[in-house]
Amino acid sequence: MRVQLVDIAHARSGDKGDTANVGIIALRPEWYPLLEKQLTRDRVREHFRGVITGDVERYELPNLKALNFLLHGALDGGGTLSLKTDAQGKVFSTALLRMIIDVPDAEARQLSLPAART
Amino acid sequence: MTADRKKDLVRVAAGQGFWGDWLEAPRRQVEGGDIDYLMLDYLAEVTMSILQKQKERDAKMGYARDFVGAVESILPGITKRGVRVVANAGGVNPPACAEAIRAVAERAGVRKDVRVGVVTGDDLLPRLDELLASGHELRNMDTGEPLSKVRDRVMSANAYIGSVPIVEALRRGANVVITGRSTDTALTMAPIRYELGWGAEEWDKLAAGIVAGHIIECGAQCSGGNCLYDWRNIPDLANVGYPIIEARADGTFDITKHKGTGGRISVQSVTEQLVYEMGDPHSYITPDVVADFTTIQLAAAGTDRVRVHGIKGRPPTDKLKVSIAYRAGFKAVGTLVYAWPDALEKARKADEVLRARLQNLGLSFDQLLTEFVGVSATHGPLAGHAADAPEVQFRIGVRSEDRAAIERFTRELAPLVLNGPPSVTGFAGGRPKVEEIVAYWPALIDKRVVETKVEVA
Repeated sequence: MRVQLVDIAHARSGDKGDTANVGIIALRPEWYPLLEKQLTRDRVREHFRGVITGDVERYELPNLKALNFLLHGALDGGGTLSLKTDAQGKVFSTALLRMIIDVPDAEARQLSLPAART
Repeated sequence: MTADRKKDLVRVAAGQGFWGDWLEAPRRQVEGGDIDYLMLDYLAEVTMSILQKQKERDAKMGYARDFVGAVESILPGITKRGVRVVANAGGVNPPACAEAIRAVAERAGVRKDVRVGVVTGDDLLPRLDELLASGHELRNMDTGEPLSKVRDRVMSANAYIGSVPIVEALRRGANVVITGRSTDTALTMAPIRYELGWGAEEWDKLAAGIVAGHIIECGAQCSGGNCLYDWRNIPDLANVGYPIIEARADGTFDITKHKGTGGRISVQSVTEQLVYEMGDPHSYITPDVVADFTTIQLAAAGTDRVRVHGIKGRPPTDKLKVSIAYRAGFKAVGTLVYAWPDALEKARKADEVLRARLQNLGLSFDQLLTEFVGVSATHGPLAGHAADAPEVQFRIGVRSEDRAAIERFTRELAPLVLNGPPSVTGFAGGRPKVEEIVAYWPALIDKRVVETKVEVA
């Protein structure tokens, strides 16, 4: 089943220099392991291909049912140097929530995951 | 350092998350219920350089002037109810800020009831050459380059200082404490450790104080503001309540807000704030302690109340972070709006025409960025294929060391209204403004070379 992150997680992002961070949080605690399994560093790097110029780092926060991603080279130089509307990386959060993941039907049923609307 | 334990519980309210935050918030926090401390965070990275510019023009300036009005609005709370205020409003001129506060108290006839504590020593600008000469290279933490590369363009240089001098000011009886570039989190942690009598090596408790500070340092961003979770149903944001920490001696604390205020404090709203601007969560480094965010435990504890426990900390490093601001050229950003039909196509054509003209003029820029607002400005290619948009904003920005090139760019946008693609509007704001860029240079310095000073009067 296709599942869109916006239906199973919420998120907030911010900046540090030319790096944007995205903290992504499972909407239900039982959905966190799915995020941990699916949202690999490679998968997120692929998602942001053509949007960021640098590498991606991932940190796990099982205590908060959250993952933290650092997206390097995301902000056109960052801070005051950046010409971007989103110079401080405030909405990279929802850009990650656009991602659609494939979940085996049995697992999706067991976790009561909502199917992607798009 | 020792602080006498006086309390089992201390309440620290946040009244300002940045310079420019809601003017009503400080007064509402003081009048809305019982609190012990009001914490006001005014400084972002770029704020110091703005304040430095103001100080260069007038030696009595260089601090967050909003703070003077904030204090004026809560004077009865300070003098009659014993609310104490901790703020980094001093910017690059804490003594001048203190003088302005004393003048306000004087005018209100309560000068003797207001004891202003001033923390200085964070300002490294006057010592910069001495420091560089003695081998402190102040290399850029991101790029590794030595500061000598931009030394002649440096406008301000401030070390982030921790809770120790703030505690000292409180111990000496200050009821308004003004700092320059202290860390945002120290403004909350200092009164907590002072009132609860935490020692300098109680790492877990100090880390809890830092996490409390991180949660409320952005004001309402943990109490329903900018909260994605269930955002439609967050009640009464017009009347949003700013957060209050209720810290206990054992290192646990609650986040709550005054009764009758809007917004919402939930595990979700607090978690969103915890991950905001997060780096490596295992090591949230401050001058006082390194906090481990992977140990934070949150639990709902009633309406608009979240309980926090379990936090682990460890000793800090022997470095302080230094925030350096330097002049880095100029920029300008301009916009035009194109309407249906084929709005995006028209905007793209305008971009093409404009870029050709800039090239024909022989202007070169370090950076030239086009965005189509309404289509791809925030999510780029992830936004997918745009439908036939009712309108698209064409937004173009340029950056250069050459001010004349930027000036000329600002003259090239408006002509497109008559000599470019059709169905264009939205130029009433006039020519784009040329802005000097003040860029940020993060560095580290040995802790022992930074000496803070506390004065209370």
